[in-house]
Amino acid sequence: MIDIDICKRFSAQTEISAKFISSASVLALFGRSGSGKTTVVNAMAGLVKPDRGHIRIDDVALFDSERGINMAVEQRGIGYVFQDGLLFPHLTVRQNLDYGARRSASFDRKDAPSVPFDQVVKLLGIAALVQRDTPSLSGGEKQRIAIGRALLSRPRLLLMDEPIASLDSDRRSEILRLIERVRDEFGVRIVYVSHSIGEVSRLADDVVLMNEGQVVACAPTEEIFNRADLRPYTGRFEGGALIEAHAVRHDMKYYLTTFKFDGGELIAPGVDTPVGARVRIRVRARDVTLATERPRGLSIRNVLEGTVGAIDNRGGAIVEVHVQLAVADGSEARELLSRISAQALDEMQLKTGQPVYALIKAIAFDKRSMGFTA
Amino acid sequence: MLSKEEIEIIVLSLKVALASVIFSLPFAVACAWALARCSFPGKTLFDALVHLPLVLPPVVIGYFLLVTFGKKGWIGGALDAWFGITFAFRWTGAALAAGVMGFPLMVRAIRLAIEAVPLRLEWAARTLGASRWRVFLTVTLPLSIPGLAVGVLLAFARSLGEFGATITFVSNIPGETQTLPLAIYNLTQSPGADAAILKLCIVSIVLSVAALAASEWVNRRARLVGGSLVK
Repeated sequence: MIDIDICKRFSAQTEISAKFISSASVLALFGRSGSGKTTVVNAMAGLVKPDRGHIRIDDVALFDSERGINMAVEQRGIGYVFQDGLLFPHLTVRQNLDYGARRSASFDRKDAPSVPFDQVVKLLGIAALVQRDTPSLSGGEKQRIAIGRALLSRPRLLLMDEPIASLDSDRRSEILRLIERVRDEFGVRIVYVSHSIGEVSRLADDVVLMNEGQVVACAPTEEIFNRADLRPYTGRFEGGALIEAHAVRHDMKYYLTTFKFDGGELIAPGVDTPVGARVRIRVRARDVTLATERPRGLSIRNVLEGTVGAIDNRGGAIVEVHVQLAVADGSEARELLSRISAQALDEMQLKTGQPVYALIKAIAFDKRSMGFTA
Repeated sequence: MLSKEEIEIIVLSLKVALASVIFSLPFAVACAWALARCSFPGKTLFDALVHLPLVLPPVVIGYFLLVTFGKKGWIGGALDAWFGITFAFRWTGAALAAGVMGFPLMVRAIRLAIEAVPLRLEWAARTLGASRWRVFLTVTLPLSIPGLAVGVLLAFARSLGEFGATITFVSNIPGETQTLPLAIYNLTQSPGADAAILKLCIVSIVLSVAALAASEWVNRRARLVGGSLVK
């Protein structure tokens, strides 16, 4: 369990204060740049000393101003993957990987996960890199080594500060997949800092939403991104709904995968995941089309029945319509968000409570918008 | 080509310069690290003190050394009484004078090199379980080697050329404290020694160029190892 309540003043105007508790296996700190996310993780690592408050991981107090505790960085056992990797340029890849491993052997922690070198190398796919010189690595390779290096120090917690922000989009999804596997195979808890809604909704169990140095909310990921009152903070990122689903079948002929969730089924381009695997899918509001009758003769694969909920009309060209999906009795209500033009809204004369069909193209889903859990 | 006396002068000069560099290096690295990485009360004063030999007339430094490290000086007297180490009118005194004069140059170069090592790289090392001391030995120092080489060269060249502080502190004694510049000065005082002066001047130039070449070589080797630091 991560229990944080800290305050750090940088100047009269800027003060970071963060208070949250979470037991998630992946906790994301989410907010736009300058919102204080990095200060919070730096404080957890011990690189920034808060003015007051406490930082506790499980029952170990890393920092407590009242009890006068401020554990040294190297004794905290907290791994840190920085945005720019920060490999040691004068050491080889192998020496970089060994740097933390050798030291971790000296502190005998019972809660430290077992992290065999060969397993890390295999999972991260870095066997061919081990003998290379560090400066010759590409950005994606550097980040793999940085993850391996932090992992091999057997941390009780792994901090990742925008670990894929400086990579191109292909490398990004590759590294994201690796982070998911690291979480699942080694059982390492991760605190993930990002301003990307895609990364956070894919990885995180809990999200700490930050804005201008303050924590706005700390809640399960789905709740954070679906809650209307948080839209001013999450909505400046692209609107959408987050759906927890599981894979039910693969269509080998057309390479499609079907996912089932409370509000129905979704067909998406085939993904390499076993049937039954839990998936979190982000449905972007602009990919959802509305129809008042069940459509015919359309290429659209996904047609979900529901009723119109709230209509968010701010007087511009675009309005956002909430769609309550028909769910089995007793299940929690599922909601989709659709972004349509104000003209379409008027022509269709949509009213709250009216039955409606939400249409989503199968190819609107890509692997990058899905998060997998073993 | 070179007379026995001249060779003696060259050997003594090299001995004095090498000793001054070797003994001041650990202190210079410690001062440079403290100035680059620590904040403490009186840091500005400390910084000024380290730079003093750069701005004061060498004769003044020589006089201070005479007063403090001379036989009756409060440090010199104590060292003589407890350890039997004497500086006054000995080659060790010449090395001390040269070391003090070269110290600010050495500290400056090393400090710049340490400041160029990204602090975040040191952070990364600490999150991997390395203490501050280990971080210094395994990350900061190896990455500072190019700057360290420059600092050593500057101090070495400065030591070879040291005149004012040396002659004030330990005088001009042939075979004991008469280094190259002091010998050249001596020759200029006697008529008809132009050829001998020219010879020693050429020796001075050769030694300086050799030191420069050696430091370039170390620098290039270090860059191969220290690699992409500048990026």
